[in-house]
Parts: sequence; C-alpha cells; structure tokens
Amino acid sequence: MSKHTLSVLVENKPGVLARISALFSRRGFNIDSLAVGPTEHPDISRITVVVDVEELPLEQVTKQLNKLVEVLKVVELDRESSVQRQIVLVKVRADAHTRSQVTEIVQLFRGKVVDVTPDALSVEVTGNADKIHDLLQLLEPYGVKELVQSGIVALGRGSRSITDRALRSA
Amino acid sequence: MAHKAQPQSATPGEVTGAQSLILSLEAVGADTVFGLPGGAILPAYDPLLDSTKVRHILVRHEQGAGHAAEGYAAATGKVGVCMATSGPGATNLVTPIADAYMDSVPMVAITGQVASRSIGTDAFQEADIRGITMPITKHNYLVTNADEIPRVIAEAFHIAATGRPGPVLVDISKDALQAKTTFDWPPKIALPGYHPVTRPHAKQIREAARLIKAASRPVLYVGGGIIRAHAAPELAAFVEATGIPVVTTLMARGAFPDSHALHLGMPGMHGSVAAVTALQKSDLLITLGARFDDRVTGELKSFAPGAKVIHADIDPAEISKNRTADVPIVGDAKAIIADLLLAVGHGEFAIGPAAYEAWRETTLGWKATFPVGYTAPTSEALMPQHVIERIGAIAGPEAIYVPGVGQHQMWAAQFIAYERPNSFANSGGLGTMGYSVPAAMGAKVAEPERVVWAIDGDGCFQMTNQELATCVINNIPIKVAIINNSSLGMVRQWQTLFYNQRYSNTDLHTSVGSRIPDFVKLAEAYGCVGLRCESPDDLDAVIAKAMEINDVPVVIDFVVERDAMVWPMVAAGVSNDLIQIAKDTAPQWDREESEALEQDLDADHDGVPTGSRRS
Repeated sequence: MSKHTLSVLVENKPGVLARISALFSRRGFNIDSLAVGPTEHPDISRITVVVDVEELPLEQVTKQLNKLVEVLKVVELDRESSVQRQIVLVKVRADAHTRSQVTEIVQLFRGKVVDVTPDALSVEVTGNADKIHDLLQLLEPYGVKELVQSGIVALGRGSRSITDRALRSA
Repeated sequence: MAHKAQPQSATPGEVTGAQSLILSLEAVGADTVFGLPGGAILPAYDPLLDSTKVRHILVRHEQGAGHAAEGYAAATGKVGVCMATSGPGATNLVTPIADAYMDSVPMVAITGQVASRSIGTDAFQEADIRGITMPITKHNYLVTNADEIPRVIAEAFHIAATGRPGPVLVDISKDALQAKTTFDWPPKIALPGYHPVTRPHAKQIREAARLIKAASRPVLYVGGGIIRAHAAPELAAFVEATGIPVVTTLMARGAFPDSHALHLGMPGMHGSVAAVTALQKSDLLITLGARFDDRVTGELKSFAPGAKVIHADIDPAEISKNRTADVPIVGDAKAIIADLLLAVGHGEFAIGPAAYEAWRETTLGWKATFPVGYTAPTSEALMPQHVIERIGAIAGPEAIYVPGVGQHQMWAAQFIAYERPNSFANSGGLGTMGYSVPAAMGAKVAEPERVVWAIDGDGCFQMTNQELATCVINNIPIKVAIINNSSLGMVRQWQTLFYNQRYSNTDLHTSVGSRIPDFVKLAEAYGCVGLRCESPDDLDAVIAKAMEINDVPVVIDFVVERDAMVWPMVAAGVSNDLIQIAKDTAPQWDREESEALEQDLDADHDGVPTGSRRS
C-alpha cells in the first residue's frame, strides 16, 4: 500500500461530501485523511483526500470519483511537486520543571504555544505528515493529554492552478 | 448515447411546484409514469389527473412501479419513470433502483419528501431517500425550492439517458410542490462535472485494429452496452465483414441474432460450451459494452488466460476494473464499432476474407458438438426447458420475453432464440426475484403491439404478482408463464449439487403435495385467464390458447419436473475450464480435435489443453 494525495474539485452543493465519503466506503477504499473547504471560486469546494491504496485501485478511485456528477476534477498531487500541510493542536503536560523543555521542542518545530496553565501547554504546529509525526514522538514522554489534527491540505507547486483548468473545462 | 429528450418550449406562467413538475415531465417527453400516491407526493397527483400527455398507471406496490419503469426502458431504450411518496413509498423503490443501477437502465424515480422544515425531525413517513440511494443511483437530487423543479427534471432525464445510462432519483419536498413558482422551458442545464465521452479516440481505434489484424483466435465478447447504445446494426456489419465469432452475455441477449452461424451463444456460469471455451482459448477478446462480471469470468485469474483484451466501454471506470485491458477504448459502442469497421476494412489493418478461418471452424465445431440441450423427459413429466423453448418458438422473435431470476431465467436465456435487441429484459446484475411480472407490464405499456411474455418462477411470481391487478384494470394484457417446480429452483439446484441434497427451506408447496396458492384460481381472482399445463401432450395447445387471448392477461401454471437443472454450469469461483455439461460430466472432446488443441491452444504449455482437464 502507498499513500496518494488527491485534490478533488467539487461543486459546492449540499451532500457532496457525503457522496464522496460514501463512494470510498462502498468501493472499499480507506481514507487516511480528509480536508474540505471553499476555494477562491465560491461555487467550487476543494477536497483533499489521502488514500492508502496500490496503483491499480488508485486508478479505480479516480475513475469512480470522476463519475460523480458533482465532481469537476480529480488531480493526484505527488509529494515532490506539491506543498502538503496539516495542523495539529496538542495539549501537553508541562509544569514549572518541564515547561521550558516543551517550549524548546515546539520552537524547534516552528510551533506556537497558544495556551498555558500551571500544569499544561497547548501548542499549535503545522507541517507535513512526517514533521507532525516527529513532533508527537518528542512530546510523548511529557504526556500528551489531548490531540487534534486537521486533514492534509495540498497545493501543487508552480504558477498553474487546477481550479482555473477545472473552470475552463466546465 | 445521445438520447436527449426533445424539449418543447412553453411560455412562463405562475404555477405550483406540482404543476411545474407535471409540465416538466410533459416537456421532457415522458408519456408514462408508474406510481402510487401518498401524503408527501399528493400535491403532484392533483395536476397529474388533468394531464393528457402523461399517463399514470397506479401500481399495487412501489417495487412494481420501479420494475415497470425498467421494463418500459428495456423494451424501448427510453427513460422509464416511476413515482412514489416519502418514507416507505420511497424505500420500496430501493430494490428496482438498485436493479436499474446494476443493469444501466435509464430511469427517473420521483419521490415526495416531507416538508423542508420537517426534514431531519423524524417526521411521519420521513426517510432520507437521497442518502439511502446515493450508492445505487447515477445521481440524485433533493429539491426544496419549487423554482428548481424544471431544471432538475431536465437534468435528471439527461443524466439517466446519456453516457452509461442509469437511475436518477429526484426527491421533492411537499412544500416545494405546494409553493408558487414560474414554469419556463427549456431550463438552463448546469452540469459542469458531467461530460460523458462518446467519440472514441482515433489512436485507440488504430491500436485495436492492429491487434485484431494480428490475432488468430479473436472473439467478440459483447455485453448489454450494445443494446443500450443501439449498436446492433453496427455489430452485425462488423461480424459480416470480419467473420469473427460472437458471444452475447446475459445482458446482451438479442444484440446479435441467435440464428447467425457465428453466434456461439452465451458465456458464463450457464453459458454454452462453445461460448465459454472460445473465450478460454481466444488470443484476443474484443470486448464491447461488457464488464467482465464474475458470472462471466468465473475465477478471474484463469479467465481467457491466453487472450489480449480490447475493452470498449462508455464508462471509463469499467475498463481494467476486473481484467486489465491492453487497448482501452472509451466511447459510445455505436461509434466505436463503426470506427473499428472502417479501420479493419481497408488500409494497413485490412482483414482478408480468409482471416481466422481455422479458428472459425474450430469454434463452429464446438457449437455443433455441444449444443445447449436438456434431458428428454423419461415419464410424462413436463420439462421446464421444453416449456420455455416452445413458448419462444410459438411466440417468435418479435415478442418480448421477461424472465424473473433463477433457473427459468437461465433457460429463457438459453432456449429462446433472440433475433433483435430489446426482445429480452431481465434482472442481470442484481438478480432481483419479482422482476418479471411488473417489468413485463412496463414493456407491454411501452410496446402495446408486441406480445409480452413474463417467464416467471413459482417463487419469483409470489413476490410481485399483485401487479396482475394493475394489468387487468389498465388493460395491459401480458402473458405469464409460471415455470412451477414447487421450489426455489436455483437454490434447490445448488443444494442438490453442493449441499448433499439437503433441501433447506426451498420447498414452496406450489405443486408437489399441495397447491398453495393455486395459481389458476389466483389468476381468476384477479380477473385474468388462468390455465394449467401438466403434460407435454397439451403444451403447444395451451400456449396457442394463451396466444389467442389478447384482451386480458393470461397466467399459465406450467407444472414442471422439479429436479431439472440448468446446464452447462461452471461452479461459482472456479475456472471456466471446469465447465460441466451435466452433473459430474465434462465435455468429451473429440480426440483429433483435442490433439489439434494441444498443439494450438495449450495456453499453459503443460501438454494438456485446459478445456479437457477435469477437476
């Protein structure tokens, strides 16, 4: 299995996300990460979905997505030619003795402390999946009390825009 | 497939959402709606009463409405329409919608929904039918604004009929039906994400022609897409020009005339020896509008092991889904076959008249040696295959045959000679028992001049026989042949073969021991003519009598031998090489032919032609 990041441009209509997630479950594909939001065009939403499949099933995923009437475009973004980010918010145990150590780790990852209490720190870090993974490894020994992650969002490098192309073909 | 409805222009005027719906149906060219009203859809039924263009046929169960719409579509290629209310009305449509989805039947289902302010409150007769039908529709809509009705109806018919056809559901809230709106036709269709590819790519056509030219054992593996694309004439021309043998899948029965010498029959689990073997031994499958269904391929990895694959389909997702294609062609079958014919007609890839001569002789030899047959009855018992064969012979190729699901369906596919597309309608993908009577009703409504035979089983018939009332009241004189073996016959066959003759829950008591129900009395209770046939001596006379009755439906209880089985058979999940022509009986290959096969067709080079190997 290998992870593939798909950017799916869809019409911004009610029920589209349900349709897409239902398609994944019905066809037996595993969603690793999912992020949805509006784009620069109010009529178009962009879904970034990471799937864990081999090459051939990936082709099926793409074709089945393309069959959905409300899907405008499906583009696979590979790691090299795209910027991929997710955000993580973590509440870590940190008292007077450990606070500076935790803060140091967070700073190494260019994260921010967003809330402080006598026994905990809440931090915010963005990055790709590897960076988030490494951060969490380092924070683990201090005691992660709570953790929430967004889905991955991804943007192709360079000046071309997949939304423009989608609109032209539409 | 370009079956765009021909919308008629209408002047805008203030109407209710319900009136807008009926005006839209009229404008899009729907002439028949099968349905059953209820609370949420009630507003739509009021203007429907006044429509002179749309005939509404009141069914007895919504499942019947759905299958009737399918039968209507299967007989004509036009979009079938069914209508139901919210909640249970809508959920009763789920089975026919799933059926239409599996078999790519163009259908629009219109359902009422509770008022928009009540959606999500678990209101009376509320069901999220849009959510429920998402995985079994080509597309679906929830309309809560009356202004959207004309556009949504136009889009629904367009989506249902074009590309790979399929069911589209339109769920309309009651308040949208009651609201004031304006009706303006044609509406502006807005489907930026829907662009079915119909023109095949020239490069792919050339690549396909190259493979066809280079092949020595090609087979045309033809599926239901040919019928949906109205491509039977192009297919016939292609076969005439190339002399390549043809197999037609269950969904393609009628796409190519059974009487044609090069027609090898149906492939698959209950396919003919010639069709199954030709695919197994082929070096090139020219796959047109078929989808490598498990019932055709058997064990996928041993299916047609020596063949390259040209796969032409209008749905890109079907290509290389199950079997990797060497040459994929996306497009409309009619255009693809026409282009292929041009490509192999002249120029670089022109095919001479002597091409494939040896292969053709070999396949025709199999066809002659292993015709699909059945054991002649030893006693006076009526053989079900014989009954179906005689119905086909007497009613002829202009009739429409609509089986249910099970043994009788396979026999109807095997023993009736189909000569034209749309003469056979069945539930292939989903295998829906209960399809026959309502689908035959829909076909008869669409094609009132044709004789329509429902060929049903005693099990299937009892699932939807209430639509006989609909047939009688609405003057839809179908003919129903109940192939009554007093059992769930196909399940019983599997119990015979794979479960040591332990007949768990397959005895239906419809003829052996008791007669519950008595189908003749049941038919008469509905106002049909009920007939019974129990002896081969009466068979033709009873069928002839049924053929003479054209004012009311006729139901014939054919009491048949219950132990008859469907052969040939490839057991589920095993290689097609293990085809059996009777219980524990593999085809006995001619010795000389076997040796020739060993030289020519031994795909795995182990000295044993795969077709002659036994388990």
